[in-house]
Amino acid sequence: MSQTNNAFDKAEPIEHESAVSVRNVSKNYGEVEALKDLSLEFPRGQLTSLLGPSGCGKTTLLKIIAGLLEPTSGEIIIEGKKVTGPGPDRSFVFQDFALLPWASVLRNVSFGLELRGVAKSEREAVAERYIKSVGLGGFEHAYPHELSGGMRQRVGLARALSVDAQVLLLDEPFSAVDEQNRRKFQEDMLELVRTENKTFIFVTHSIEEAVYVSDQIAILLPRPSRVSEIIRPTSFRGTGVDNIRRSPEYLDIVDQIWASLRNYVE
Amino acid sequence: MTVYGYKLPVMSSLLLWGLLWEIVGQTGWTFFIPPLSEVLVTLFNVIGTAAFQKAMYETAYAFIAGVFFAIVIGVPVGILIGKSRLLDELILPWVNIFLSAPLTALVPVLMVLFGFGMKSIIITTTLFAIWIIILNSRAGVKQINRSLVDMARCFGASPLDAFFKVYLWAAMPEILGGIRIGVIRAVKGVIIGQLLISIVGFGALFELYSNNFMMSHFWAVLIVLFALAFSLSEFLAYLERRVSYYAASR
Ligand SMILES: Nc1ncnc2c1ncn2[C@@H]1O[C@H](COP(=O)(O)OP(=O)(O)OP(=O)(O)O)[C@@H](O)[C@H]1O
Ligand SMILES: [Mg+2]
Repeated sequence: MSQTNNAFDKAEPIEHESAVSVRNVSKNYGEVEALKDLSLEFPRGQLTSLLGPSGCGKTTLLKIIAGLLEPTSGEIIIEGKKVTGPGPDRSFVFQDFALLPWASVLRNVSFGLELRGVAKSEREAVAERYIKSVGLGGFEHAYPHELSGGMRQRVGLARALSVDAQVLLLDEPFSAVDEQNRRKFQEDMLELVRTENKTFIFVTHSIEEAVYVSDQIAILLPRPSRVSEIIRPTSFRGTGVDNIRRSPEYLDIVDQIWASLRNYVE
Repeated sequence: MTVYGYKLPVMSSLLLWGLLWEIVGQTGWTFFIPPLSEVLVTLFNVIGTAAFQKAMYETAYAFIAGVFFAIVIGVPVGILIGKSRLLDELILPWVNIFLSAPLTALVPVLMVLFGFGMKSIIITTTLFAIWIIILNSRAGVKQINRSLVDMARCFGASPLDAFFKVYLWAAMPEILGGIRIGVIRAVKGVIIGQLLISIVGFGALFELYSNNFMMSHFWAVLIVLFALAFSLSEFLAYLERRVSYYAASR
C-alpha cells in the first residue's frame, strides 16, 4: 500500500493533468445504489483501469462517462466541459463487440464516421488504415459472422479508433476473447497508448490484465460502491512488453490487489 | 415422404388427393364436386378470359396496395412502440385487440365509410395484414442487443440514422416474419373483402359462378387462388431464410 502511495506522490502533476474528471457521481437504479459519491481523475494520454468485483458499478460508471446513462447526482467533466450526453470526444469498445452483423468489416469500422456524415471515400480510407493497424488487413469485405471473437473485437477497436475521439472507453473488451488473443491484445493496447496519445478508460475483471496494461489502476469496491485505492505502477512501464510479467513490482501489485479483492469474491 | 424406402418428391401426396378427387368426381356423387380433370380443363379456359384477367388484375392491385400500406405503416409503428414506453402503452392494447378481432365483421362498416369499391377492399387488406406486422416489428426491436443501441447512440446516430441504419436492420428477421404472416393474412383480406363487396374482382366472379351453379369454374378459380397464396408464402419463407443467416450471429 505504502509503496504505491509513494508512487502516486512521485507523479508529476503536469504530466497527469486530467482529461476526464468524475466528480461526486452517484447512480441509483431504483433501490439499488450502483455508485455512491464517486470521484476519480483520469490523466490525459494514459490508460486507467477500473478493477473490481462483479456488480461494483464499473459498467455503470463507464456508461455515465460515455453519456449513455445520466448520473443521479454529480458530474463528469471532460476537457473542462460537463458531459450531458454522448459526444464525438468519446468512443466506446463493447464487451460483446456490438458490430452490425449485416455490414462488412469496412462498413462496421467506418460506421462511426458514416454517422458523422463523412463522405464515403474519405471514411473508407480512414477505416482501411485502422483495419490494417489492428491487423485485419485483407478482411475488409468479410462479415462479422465469418470472424473469430478476437478478430471481431479488433473490428470494434478499429471502429472506436477511427472516429479519433480523445477518450476511449473499453468495457471488458477482451473478456470474450481467447487467452492467446487476449495477450496479443494487451500488448497492442500498450502500443496504442504509447502511439495514439488518447486517454483510455479500461474496465476489466482480470487483475493481471489491469496491472499489465495500466498506467493507473482504480480499485472499486461495492456496498457502498467506492474507489478504495488508486495504484500507479512505475518501474516496469517502458521496460518492453516481454519483461513486464517478470518485474517484481508487477508481481507485488498483483498480489496486493488480490489481497484487497479476495474478501469480495463470493 | 418415403414409401417402402423410396423417397418421393415433395408434394407427391397431392397426386394421391388429386386422384381421389377425380374418382369422387367421376362417380357423379354430387354436382358440387366435378371431376378434377374437368376442373383443370376449365381452369385453362378460364385463365384466358377477360373476366378472369380483370379480376386477377383488380385483386393484385388491391392486394399490393393493401400490403404496401400495411408495411409502410406497420413497420415504423411497430418499431416506434417498441422503442417508446408511452406509445407502447397507448397503442399495444389496440394492436392486440385488432389482431384477434373478427375483422370480417368490420368490412360492412368500411363499406359504409369508404364506399363499395376498391378503396374498401384495399383498406380491408391492410387491416388484415397490419397488426401482425406491427407486433412482430415491435418484438424485433425489443430483442435488439442493448449494446447495439448503445453503440448507435455513442457514435452519435441521429434518431433517423438509428432507425434506418440500425434498428430496422437489426429487427429485420422478425419484421420479415411478420410480413410473411401479414401477407398471408392479406390474401384472406383481399378475398374476403371482394366476397363481401362482391362487385369487383373475384368477388364478382364467385358471385357469377355460384349463382349459375358453375362448379368447375368455381373450383378452377379457387385452385388458382390457393396456388398463388401458397407460392407467395413459400417465396417469402425463402426470402426469410436468406436473411436470417445473420440472425444467429447477433
Ligand atoms: N439497468 C439496471 N437496472 C437495475 N440495476 C442495475 C442495472 N444495471 C446495473 N444494475 C445494478 O447496479 C450494480 C452495478 O452494475 P454494473 O453493471 O455497473 O456492475 P459491473 O461492475 O459492471 O459488474 P460486472 O463486473 O459484472 O460487469 C449491480 O448491482 C447491478 O445489479
Ligand atoms: Mg460490467
